[in-house]
Amino acid sequence: MNKEKKIKNVFIEGPITPAKIADSIAHHQVKTNIGAHDIFLGQVRADVIAGKIVKAIEYSAYEDMANKVFDEIRESAFVKYDLTCAHIYHSKGIVKAGELCLFVFTSSKHRTMAFDACRYITEEIKAKAPVFGKELFEDDSHVWKVNH
Amino acid sequence: MKIKVLYFGMIAEVIGHDFEIIEISNKNSTVNELIKLLQAKFPKLEDMSFKVALNQSIVEENTKIGINDEVAILPPFAGG
Repeated sequence: MNKEKKIKNVFIEGPITPAKIADSIAHHQVKTNIGAHDIFLGQVRADVIAGKIVKAIEYSAYEDMANKVFDEIRESAFVKYDLTCAHIYHSKGIVKAGELCLFVFTSSKHRTMAFDACRYITEEIKAKAPVFGKELFEDDSHVWKVNH
Repeated sequence: MKIKVLYFGMIAEVIGHDFEIIEISNKNSTVNELIKLLQAKFPKLEDMSFKVALNQSIVEENTKIGINDEVAILPPFAGG
């Protein structure tokens, strides 16, 4: 018997749309044991680096490993916090300044668990997920983004 | 033995490929030996920060590499 669980693909091509986020919220209205949601949205910033403005970030990833890491982070959040649901979506490909690249959505009976888990998942993603970002400038030059 | 090494982000940019097949010694080859070999081939790597994943888990430099292992050189992460 194959006991290996299927790992969910977290990546979405291009930006995460506000409509996707609204849909996710709507899907949880049938889950009436939830009393609190928390959401983290990562947005691409038009940073100025050496006088040049970032117009977009092109995300790439070691996708197989990243999906495994996202799954481990999600599972560990369920162990640490009393959650009803937890979802993670991350962009790959080009996301323009002002568009969304990360969507973390936690749901629980009460607010504290939803808040804490959302922060935990976001910090873990920044530290552990093998996702890479190329910051693209208007003149088509680029630098590589590094999380701190 | 021949192993497949995957490159990502700024590492892939410096090396000019997403992956390479690399010949390493058959017995007791470690991640550290592979790094030395790559740095000799691509001196720019010496100034770059990266981690090595074996079969999709980050490993220490003294870890042994096996024939079917999937090796990946990972530059600093930028997710989120």
